[in-house]
Amino acid sequence: MFRRLEDPRAEIEFDFEGRPVTAREGESVAAALLAAGLRGFRATAISGASRAPWCMMGVCFDCLMEIDGVASRQACMVTVTRGMHVRRQRGAKALDGAAAPFDDEEGDFA
Amino acid sequence: MSAVFDAVIIGAGPAGMAAAITLADHDARVLVLDEQAGPGGQIYRGVEEMSLTMPELFAALGPDYAHGDELAARFRNCGAEYRARAMVWQVIPGEEAHEVWVSQGGRSSRVLARSVLVATGAMERPVPVPGWTLPGAMTAGAIQVLLKSAGVVAEDLVIAGAGPLVYLLAAQCLAAGARPMAVLDTTPRGNLTAALPLLPGALRGKGPGYLAKGIGLKLALRREGVPVFSFVTDIALKGTSEVTDIAFKSRGRPLWLSAGVVALHEGVIPAQQMTRALGCAHEWDDVQRCFRPRTDGFGNSSVEGVLVAGDGGGIGGARAAEHEGRIAAAEMLRRAGKLDDAARDRLAAPERRGLAQHLAIRPFLDRLYAPPAWVRAPADEVMICRCEEVTAGAIRAAASAGAQGPNQAKSFLRTGMGACQGRMCGPVVSEIMAAAHGISVEQAGYYRIRPPLKPITVGELAEAELD
Repeated sequence: MFRRLEDPRAEIEFDFEGRPVTAREGESVAAALLAAGLRGFRATAISGASRAPWCMMGVCFDCLMEIDGVASRQACMVTVTRGMHVRRQRGAKALDGAAAPFDDEEGDFA
Repeated sequence: MSAVFDAVIIGAGPAGMAAAITLADHDARVLVLDEQAGPGGQIYRGVEEMSLTMPELFAALGPDYAHGDELAARFRNCGAEYRARAMVWQVIPGEEAHEVWVSQGGRSSRVLARSVLVATGAMERPVPVPGWTLPGAMTAGAIQVLLKSAGVVAEDLVIAGAGPLVYLLAAQCLAAGARPMAVLDTTPRGNLTAALPLLPGALRGKGPGYLAKGIGLKLALRREGVPVFSFVTDIALKGTSEVTDIAFKSRGRPLWLSAGVVALHEGVIPAQQMTRALGCAHEWDDVQRCFRPRTDGFGNSSVEGVLVAGDGGGIGGARAAEHEGRIAAAEMLRRAGKLDDAARDRLAAPERRGLAQHLAIRPFLDRLYAPPAWVRAPADEVMICRCEEVTAGAIRAAASAGAQGPNQAKSFLRTGMGACQGRMCGPVVSEIMAAAHGISVEQAGYYRIRPPLKPITVGELAEAELD
């Protein structure tokens, strides 16, 4: 699990699957969600296995999320902004541009 | 048609920033494109913001990190055009000028360059062990990025691997008040004896400084009582939907620790995606066990007007990368007609001396931290292609069924065809194919890499602006 150090940066709030999450200005979506206690970021297209960020520098593509309606974005490369809408995705991107969401009971958001 | 830049630099890490400063000092028209929000690359990630907003953590990360802040400040003021959050997804070599296609804020555009400097740095070597795809399994660099860019630390962290970064990360976590639960050192016993004859060479140039730093980091861990396990093998991450434990052997003895976050690290390798896509010739480094683009003494790749500097051309570290950036800048100034051959050589000469000082320790380090055999020959059940979920056993079976190299493995199994475009499995697939056929990794080769280097939407492609 992760925790935040003392941090004077401004707090901002964004939306994660309908729930408000507090982040710090300038950090990535992935960093904000790890700090908030999220473990599984997506389910793979092949086996449905749970995945989360591996590299945090844009190499591994395991932190893919739906951000503001666009699926398969690298959460580690997108700077979080106020009011942003973020969702986990199951499998590959759906044809309408939005990914299939998780059911609430499957959420492992602490 | 807009003007052609004398140089377009891809990557604002130490090599890219240093090159840009030298080019701008000589009145070259230079553009720097970088994916991150601020300059610094991964080594100096978040350095500008941290020095302003979190001075205590900035101080705790030490003088080497602080150096990045000075470099970034000089870069900001050097006169080079700099675009942050700019992702280059294709470079097309041309006779008159190279085309660089870049995505920024959801819009793509093309810029033209007489010379292109690829300064895209390194990535961490994939560490395929059982359970490395579970949430909670990360790279050492990822833990550093969280610390540097977000002030976020892991509470139940075990660091497992080999190389300078293992001990640096442990010391940085301690300095930030987040004590790692244990360090598992995977340096094989044989590496110590193999590296020893190279120690005298490591005492030249800046070598002693690096050695002293390394010893200091190890002593800091001992002083703080962080348990260090030596000669670690047989790492397996345990858990059903996330990492809960790590099993391993130390000196042959089976052990088990609880851990919610495990940082794995077996050294860094050049990020070859861009140089591969450009068609640059690559060569195999048998000690570091990685491919690197073939370059001459000025950073020129085999593709005319495409240069490489920094760890992307072979691992030398951040300070070596600066010297390489300035040497490449001298050559790009010659190509732009701003320097003749003699002036280029004069500009490069002190940089070559500086580079040699920083590289003196590398043969020793490379041998000491040469990746253990299990990194390149994982057990059959271990996942190699994380995207398409292909195991080492499936890749070996494809080799038996006739797949001659990585590109045929791709056709057989879809390895390398997922979202990461082979970045994570490529190095291991080449090793497995080479071992299966009893050939060298150089003979086995590597994936052909095709654009776009990162995904962009079809809409963005359709609306791309030519100039």
